[in-house]
Amino acid sequence: MTTTQLSRSALLATAFMFALAGCSSVNLDEQKPAPIVDAAPVTATKTDSDPRAVAPVDAQAGRGLDPLNDPNNPLSKRSVFFDFDSFVVKSEYQPIVQTHGSYLGTNKQRRVVVEGHTDERGGREYNLALGQKRAEAVKQRLMLLGVVDSQVETVSFGEEKPRGTGSNEEAWAQNRRADLNYR
Amino acid sequence: MCATVFLAPLPTPVLAQLQVQITGVGSQQFPIAIANFQRDAQVPTEIDAVIRADLARSGLFKIVNAGTQPIAENASVDFADWKGRGADALAIGTVARLADGRFDVRYRLLDTVKQAQLDGLSYVSTAADMRLTAHRIADRIYEKITGERGVFATRIAYIVQTSPKSWELHIADADGFNAQAALRSREPIISPAWSPDGTRLAYVSFESGKPVVYVHSVTTGERRAVANFRGSNSAPAWSPDGRSLAVTLTREGNSQVFLMNADGSNVRRLTTSSGIDTEPAFSTDGSSIYFTSDRGGGPQIYRMPVSGGSAQRVTFNGDYNISARVSPDGKQLAYIGRRGGRLQVYVLDIASAQEVLVTDTASDESPSFAPNGRLLLYATEVNGRGILASASTDGRVRTRLSGPSGDIREPTWGPFIK
Repeated sequence: MTTTQLSRSALLATAFMFALAGCSSVNLDEQKPAPIVDAAPVTATKTDSDPRAVAPVDAQAGRGLDPLNDPNNPLSKRSVFFDFDSFVVKSEYQPIVQTHGSYLGTNKQRRVVVEGHTDERGGREYNLALGQKRAEAVKQRLMLLGVVDSQVETVSFGEEKPRGTGSNEEAWAQNRRADLNYR
Repeated sequence: MCATVFLAPLPTPVLAQLQVQITGVGSQQFPIAIANFQRDAQVPTEIDAVIRADLARSGLFKIVNAGTQPIAENASVDFADWKGRGADALAIGTVARLADGRFDVRYRLLDTVKQAQLDGLSYVSTAADMRLTAHRIADRIYEKITGERGVFATRIAYIVQTSPKSWELHIADADGFNAQAALRSREPIISPAWSPDGTRLAYVSFESGKPVVYVHSVTTGERRAVANFRGSNSAPAWSPDGRSLAVTLTREGNSQVFLMNADGSNVRRLTTSSGIDTEPAFSTDGSSIYFTSDRGGGPQIYRMPVSGGSAQRVTFNGDYNISARVSPDGKQLAYIGRRGGRLQVYVLDIASAQEVLVTDTASDESPSFAPNGRLLLYATEVNGRGILASASTDGRVRTRLSGPSGDIREPTWGPFIK
């Protein structure tokens, strides 16, 4: 063992002791059950001085993140919801369709499957056909925006894959939808 | 007879049996006594109890108490005594173990009024086939008394969803016993349909991420996708000769009815509407196809020639009629109608256009005729859970089949097996 290595170990040991001193300690004998306080949860705020802070870094940031995988990109919204017994893409969902339409229009290599769904009311096969109508309605809008037929497949799950599982309007509203799934 | 039928050992764990509950009876019931069969200690199945349960479930028989004393097939019977007990017919029998381990089952059906034998047969049955033998005897009794073929030895298929990620295609005896899983999947399975010879099932499976029509050979488990076109593929229906399948495809846009060979070849479009055409069902003579269409607004049932062409509307009551099935004699149509928010099974006499409501439940789906046309099997909900139920086509007799767990749905009654 050389002198240099010795002194480096000593330095590390000292640093470790300082780090320990920085931690607060609690005498076990003085520990009491934490009082139960009825209060709003406090959100901890990270500061530069927090020694346990972890700053997230995206390795792909600034190097062409796939917009489909970016939660901040409007393309991350991929569901269009419908009224009962309706296949009309409501105005509030047209921006979503528009966003995907222009993305697909400029990225002709991308393929999307539009999956139609219905709520549980009615027959299974008829609902499969209703879900198909919803998927088809979204496809027609996409094609008006310049998307070509071969980029879009429409399929239906009918009532078979509900997102909301209750038998109430809240669940049904979640299930009357068309999802855009990129392949 | 039964000796020629070998059931393979169960490839899967034995499934929990369905429970039968009779909720209605026919107005005229034939009084019959089924005596306990004389049997050796080693006989596994209470063959007489299975026969009694079958006949009772049909709603057409009143089972007269025959006491606990077994009566052998060759015993002499005091006809007047049985007539006095209220039984117009009496069945007696013997089950004896053979040297090779199988069983000799002998039965006689006696008319206590005419004091004559109506039927007498012997079967050689394995232990595994004993329930089937009992169903066959029940079928004989049913036919001798009513003049129609019994359906107790037929089978049913249905779908069970056991969890949010688990679907199974089951095949069971008509009384719900001997349920076996023919297919298990983590994606939905819907719309099973028996081939006319009872050897294959067509169905829709979502296992590839979209609806695809498969044909599945029941005994071998061999299966192939016969309609896997762009878009959705669904609603398979067999032609009466088993050579063709009508299916719903969306490869040209919305759901439309197509005809293809049973192997998936020679696909041609039958309907050309701008809306939904689906759920094809062949007429009994194979010359026309009934289907559901929303061409007039809400869904109604229409009929067209099997070659396609102009369609005639068949249902006119209510604004929602779907899932048509044709009776084996071709004279009736069963379907689901929605009236006042209730989805129920209706039976239409095609010639007179008279419609009869046959169920007392409110969320009915998937009606299917028994091969003798007497009963309809359908799916419904009780306490939020899917169960199977049956009703006589006049609506008088109703029974329920419920399993211990899981949602049961999409039943389809299989054909007579030779």
